[in-house]
Amino acid sequence: MHGIEVNNLTKRFGTLVAVDHVSFSVEEGEIFGLLGPNGAGKTTIIRMLSTLTRPTEGTASVGGYDVVKEDGKVRELIGLVSEKMILYDRLTAKENLWFFGRLYNIPGELLNKKIDELLKLVKLTKWKNSQVGTFSTGMRQRINVIRAMLNMPEILFLDEPTLGLDPQSSVEIREFIRKINRENKVTIILTTHMMAEADMLCDRIGIIDYGKIAALDTPINLKKLISGADSTILELEIPNLTTDMIHSIQSLKCVSSVSQNNSTRIKVNANGDDAFDTIIDAIRANKGKIISVKTLEPTLEDVFLQITGHEVRDKADQKIKMKMHRHHMPKTRVR
Amino acid sequence: MGVKNVISHILIIAWKDLIELFRNKMALAMLMLMPIFMMAMAGFIFPSSTSMSNISVALVNEDKGSASSMFIDVLERINNSTEMMVLTNASSFDEVRNMIQRGDVEGGIVITRNFSLNLMTGEQGSIIIVTDQSNPQISIALQTGLKAVFDQMGTVLAQKNVEPLNATNSLAVVKPYHVETQGAIPGTFNYFDFMAPGLMAMTVMMSVMTGLPAAISHEREVGTLDGMMVAPIRRLGIILGKTLAQTVRGLLQGILTLILAIALFGVVIHGSILLIFALLFLGVFSFVGLGVVITSFAKDQETAMMVMMTLMFPMMFLSGVFFPIQQMPWYMQSISKALPLTYAITALRKVMVLGADLSAISLEVAVLIGFGTVMTLIALPVFRRAMTK
Repeated sequence: MHGIEVNNLTKRFGTLVAVDHVSFSVEEGEIFGLLGPNGAGKTTIIRMLSTLTRPTEGTASVGGYDVVKEDGKVRELIGLVSEKMILYDRLTAKENLWFFGRLYNIPGELLNKKIDELLKLVKLTKWKNSQVGTFSTGMRQRINVIRAMLNMPEILFLDEPTLGLDPQSSVEIREFIRKINRENKVTIILTTHMMAEADMLCDRIGIIDYGKIAALDTPINLKKLISGADSTILELEIPNLTTDMIHSIQSLKCVSSVSQNNSTRIKVNANGDDAFDTIIDAIRANKGKIISVKTLEPTLEDVFLQITGHEVRDKADQKIKMKMHRHHMPKTRVR
Repeated sequence: MGVKNVISHILIIAWKDLIELFRNKMALAMLMLMPIFMMAMAGFIFPSSTSMSNISVALVNEDKGSASSMFIDVLERINNSTEMMVLTNASSFDEVRNMIQRGDVEGGIVITRNFSLNLMTGEQGSIIIVTDQSNPQISIALQTGLKAVFDQMGTVLAQKNVEPLNATNSLAVVKPYHVETQGAIPGTFNYFDFMAPGLMAMTVMMSVMTGLPAAISHEREVGTLDGMMVAPIRRLGIILGKTLAQTVRGLLQGILTLILAIALFGVVIHGSILLIFALLFLGVFSFVGLGVVITSFAKDQETAMMVMMTLMFPMMFLSGVFFPIQQMPWYMQSISKALPLTYAITALRKVMVLGADLSAISLEVAVLIGFGTVMTLIALPVFRRAMTK
């Protein structure tokens, strides 16, 4: 069984330690996520694993081959979608794929078939002979991803595969990633700063902060880290909300905090098995009329906050920050 | 990984680069304009016998004999057809000197006192060309131009002298006078014949030297270089593929330069065309290593271009594109001798102007191969290291 083995991998740029003694392993067939803000060292790890950057310290093997000593062997096994698109604007979609396919010595006839197949898979067949420069970002990224699939890699590295894409394109790319993982048994390592994306795609997630792995587990286990078994977060909408009502909720033993969002909405944090019922009863007792109740689940963002002590915040790019602040994704349960 | 694979990678990378180039209409237009501009510059800014005209020249005739008046007659007739000079009469050598100092004329011709007499008695007649040394380009042109005029005239005169002997088609024509000039640059008279090989070599080299670092560091900046680096191909293949594309680009410009030189400036190629192209390829080869080293050290495209430009300009002047190396002071000559472009140009000039064959340029070829091999051997590990920083 060969996946990826990383041992004390370190990369220094001058005095900056971009990756700091990172160790982890990725199983074959897994989708492994590296989650963290920009500048956390995700890209550097990907670049070291894909033989593009030499580690300062430590070792890593990909598919059983050392990334420094056997870089040629590693390159034959891997595909790379990096943060910057690896496509030539002045070449058509087909020419781009042909160029990269030929670099892997794929014979012409087979390559042509492969290109048609892949283009069909991402629904871009009719754009085959158009220059990539005329494509939308979403289309380009789809070509970019199938480019990385040309050599049928065992291991695929995806560095921020949905960065800068609209929601629809993001969904398509994610579906494609899941599909090739399931059907082609491709091991996938992806980096992202989007909690939701990591949650949706990954079998396991390594949370990276300041070049170190802060936590590594399945998304469910990571979330359990903070939620515990008995904590509940409720969002209630009560049109006839009164101050007395809030006070009485606050005075409940199981309730740890109440915050009022607006004149009709409150958010309650509580602990204990019967917290839900107790709170509802208290509101009813005060003649409160409940229109809706949402139980909010902890998100990876909360996990990140809990583990690192700060929010996911970009060191470099403040713009992306906007996208990342997806607040608690509510799961509605109306009673 | 066999040689066959490496070659196929080189070809596919070159193919890709050339498609990119040919689809970039603006770049393509510039590519074609560059040799035209270079040609125009070289052809019209620098003097050559075909392009000089209307130089004002003072003419002094101190001689009273018939030979001198006939001399002036022929001079004027020839001048009327070439329109090279505008002749003004002056009385003495001193006056000519004053006129030059005042800037009224740019040169002078003085026919000395006993010109006719000397010719009659079988001695050499003397003609002095007075040139303005503060303006070397003009004076060189004047000297070469006047010499051509006198050569032609001398033949006419000599034939006239021997005609009474009924030897019209005499094999040996004795030129009956002697012209004194103080030339600064020895050798070639058609400046353009001298320039064309240098310009061609320079165009090709410049194309590769600016194109290669730009192409590699551009791809590094946009990130597409990663796509090649992550593929299981030799680094040498990447370098050579990019070089091949740039060489084709350079050769296109070189060919255009050559066509312009032949069509517009009457340059004649005496040597083998194949040898010329072989030399251009060799010149490129000698340069590539240097280009790759620079690319490896430069962080981005802008830096790479700046380093290239800084190196290109001195190289252009030191390698004897515009001026013969022989006229430089010794220390400049020794720098010049360390530049591969110098050897490429010398060899090219020997082939194009003198029609030399391979054996005559074996030294230059050896130096180019040596320089190229050493630089490539240095460049490969440097490139490999720089790309996996």
